Amino acid sequence: MASLKPDAATGRVPPKVRFRDPQIEMAHGAGGIASRRLIEGLFAPLLFDSANEPLGDSAALEIAGARVAITTDCFVVKPLGFPGGSIGELAINGTVNDLAVSGARPHSIVVTFILEAGLPTDVLEAEVRAMAEAAQRAGVSVVGGDTKVVEHGMADRMYITTTGVGSFLSGVHVNPRSVRSGDRVVLSGPIGDHGITILLARGDLDLEADLRSDTRSVFPLVEAMARVAAPGLRWMRDPTRGGVATSLNELARDCGLGIHLSEDRIPVRDGVRGACELLGLDPLHIANEGQFLAVVAPDYADMALNELRQTIGGNEAVIIGEVHEQPAGSVLITTEYGGSRIIDMLVGDPLPRIC
Amino acid sequence: MCLAIPGKIVELFPGSQHLATVEVAGVRRKVDLGLLQDDLPISGDWVLIHVGFAMSKISEQDALDQMQTLRILGEDEQAMQEVRGYGLDGIDERKPA
Amino acid sequence: MRFVDEFRDPEVVTRTAEEIRRLADPSRHYRIMEVCGGHTHAIYRFGLKDILPANIELIHGPGCPVCVLPMGRIDDGLALAQQPDVIFTAFGDMMRVPGTQGSPLEHKARGMDVRIVYSPSDALKLARANPDKHVMFFAIGFETTAPSSALTLIRAKAEGIRNFSLFCNHVTIIPAIRAILDSPDMRLDGFIGPGHVSTVIGCRPYEWIATDENKPIVVSGFEPLDLLQSIVMLLRQLRAGEARVENQYKRVVPWEGNRAALRAMAEVFQLRPYFEWRGLGFISQSALRIRDNYAEWDSEHRFSVPGVRVTDPKAAQCGEVLKGVLKPAQCKLFGRECTPEHPVGALMVSSEGSCAAYYNYEYRKAMAASLAWPA
Repeated sequence: MASLKPDAATGRVPPKVRFRDPQIEMAHGAGGIASRRLIEGLFAPLLFDSANEPLGDSAALEIAGARVAITTDCFVVKPLGFPGGSIGELAINGTVNDLAVSGARPHSIVVTFILEAGLPTDVLEAEVRAMAEAAQRAGVSVVGGDTKVVEHGMADRMYITTTGVGSFLSGVHVNPRSVRSGDRVVLSGPIGDHGITILLARGDLDLEADLRSDTRSVFPLVEAMARVAAPGLRWMRDPTRGGVATSLNELARDCGLGIHLSEDRIPVRDGVRGACELLGLDPLHIANEGQFLAVVAPDYADMALNELRQTIGGNEAVIIGEVHEQPAGSVLITTEYGGSRIIDMLVGDPLPRIC
Repeated sequence: MCLAIPGKIVELFPGSQHLATVEVAGVRRKVDLGLLQDDLPISGDWVLIHVGFAMSKISEQDALDQMQTLRILGEDEQAMQEVRGYGLDGIDERKPA
Repeated sequence: MRFVDEFRDPEVVTRTAEEIRRLADPSRHYRIMEVCGGHTHAIYRFGLKDILPANIELIHGPGCPVCVLPMGRIDDGLALAQQPDVIFTAFGDMMRVPGTQGSPLEHKARGMDVRIVYSPSDALKLARANPDKHVMFFAIGFETTAPSSALTLIRAKAEGIRNFSLFCNHVTIIPAIRAILDSPDMRLDGFIGPGHVSTVIGCRPYEWIATDENKPIVVSGFEPLDLLQSIVMLLRQLRAGEARVENQYKRVVPWEGNRAALRAMAEVFQLRPYFEWRGLGFISQSALRIRDNYAEWDSEHRFSVPGVRVTDPKAAQCGEVLKGVLKPAQCKLFGRECTPEHPVGALMVSSEGSCAAYYNYEYRKAMAASLAWPA
């Protein structure tokens, strides 16, 4: 990989990453350290044009003078259906959210299906209907797609890929390098619902809880916040695989600053808390499909929060932390009585433990 | 080895002598009570759960006693400081670290 | 009461921390070992070191059953699972532990049927549901976990479930503590005793630590207030020149232990004459094997085990770190060849191993703040 130039604004040289793993493991898809290494060490240097840019949820294109956001995502979910949603909804909402947290109004989506031979038609139809409903709720059009069928035993019944385009909201320019010490970290609502719902839905762990996936479009919330706080809106992300911990670690590395979180401010629903305690998991590492994080300048933070709380679906929004100079590149969480620890990205998927 | 969590027995499983449904902060799981067979808990009891087995009954009284002991920690010292404030004692105290 | 949040009450935590500062003699440097990996984890998770005075040093003990498992045993377990129609089951803790040919998860990626279970009873359930397969459960853990394994085998035998076996790597805590105290480099003032092991074995088995070795030991719970209160109790003993066994975790630990659990263990298990502990070497009477009358549910009896010994690379100083003689950062491989992502030694594999815990929670903090971490 070519050597990276120091960043003009911060003077920091991004770390050189090399992908040396001899084969692909599950960890590489889990959204944590291994995933990032694959992307930064293999895909980015060989495939992406702007290897020096921090990797965001969407890319910004300039086509014939118009600025357009484009993003793509793939959905590999087992089981296909779970309390609160299904793979089809995840596909639409996931892409809509990637556009939203890039500061773009989602416009259109194209979708591809990889279907396993033997998949019952009514299962497929149910997913397609779910996608249509989710698209309508999110205000996007599905304008095309492609289908392939693979042999029985591959594709876990159905894989879906979506590519979405949108137009940037005026006045919104999100970039991790614009983050400054003193900025506030805003979270839209309780964390861990989706990941724990999926874990429980798989049935291996024999746990029951009253939980549903939080899958939804966060665009209305982003739009509301942008309406009052656009000039102070520095960065946004939807904390999917790898959870809040991974998203904030990525931010910390991209901006070279320290993110300080207060443990008692982070909202976690009972069922998520119980499952995490029993299994020895940390809610900060669990995937979310209907939440987003935003970093907002201190002058705009309270306004942003109030606007969120007054928007439907945003009533549980909360400020969970602040940006500081140190510890540079890391995320630190503090308890109510002053004890603190570093929160890292996961290596791979969160695993239950007994010790 | 060590991850064991307090949970409340919400239902003794019908048709079994040793299974119960236990609830931990909104999550429910079937738990084997076989290790507590000498003194089986009943619905409403709190037990310590480890790898799907109940290891011990949790004594609410002992928990309350512990909290009480901890809350009065330092109260003796506070009382001492007040007394010292009046200059009534001649105790030579090392300065706190 | 939920028995969790109450023991995290910030006001009481602060007050207890103040009491610790009052009790700690400023001219003394206290070295207290917490034996159990779960306590190590709790100490880091709650950031307790930040609120303890600098002259109280917490040394991480060997009570991490994943950490002390020799790599050869992982190879053995995976070799057993390579038989046709075998489902390999284990706790999540085991999944990333590397054998010489990779970890269970890596074997899963290559096509082996590897499944995480939360409970040995879930593994037995899998056996009931898959009569044409053999379900093997890779059992690890100290006396906290052994009774659950025992009861599962008792149930398997009673129900006549024949397609189930247990690969037994249960170890016992007392020999590990003895190995620590026997180590000539060791200098400890007292112990924070394992909380959940003690729900099974009670507090009596620790009495020799007080009477023969003259060190106080306080059996502790896992919430912040439990650990802090235990330190208060230890300091009070040390100030008074006492050495006794105390039970801080009264709400859960019975002094006499759990008779039913001990009975179940005695029915199914017996002590191996010796067993190899990674980093500590061979220790006699320190591990469990399955009794002959349960041989049919013993993976080592049902299948032949390669039994190859795998020695750790010489540069890995796991043994010294396990005994608390070296700090993780003092091992030459720490943070370089050996990180949580590619662990060389077992203390880096398990998240409660001294090295992993230190790396994840403190090392990055120290690096980021440009401090030289303690040498």
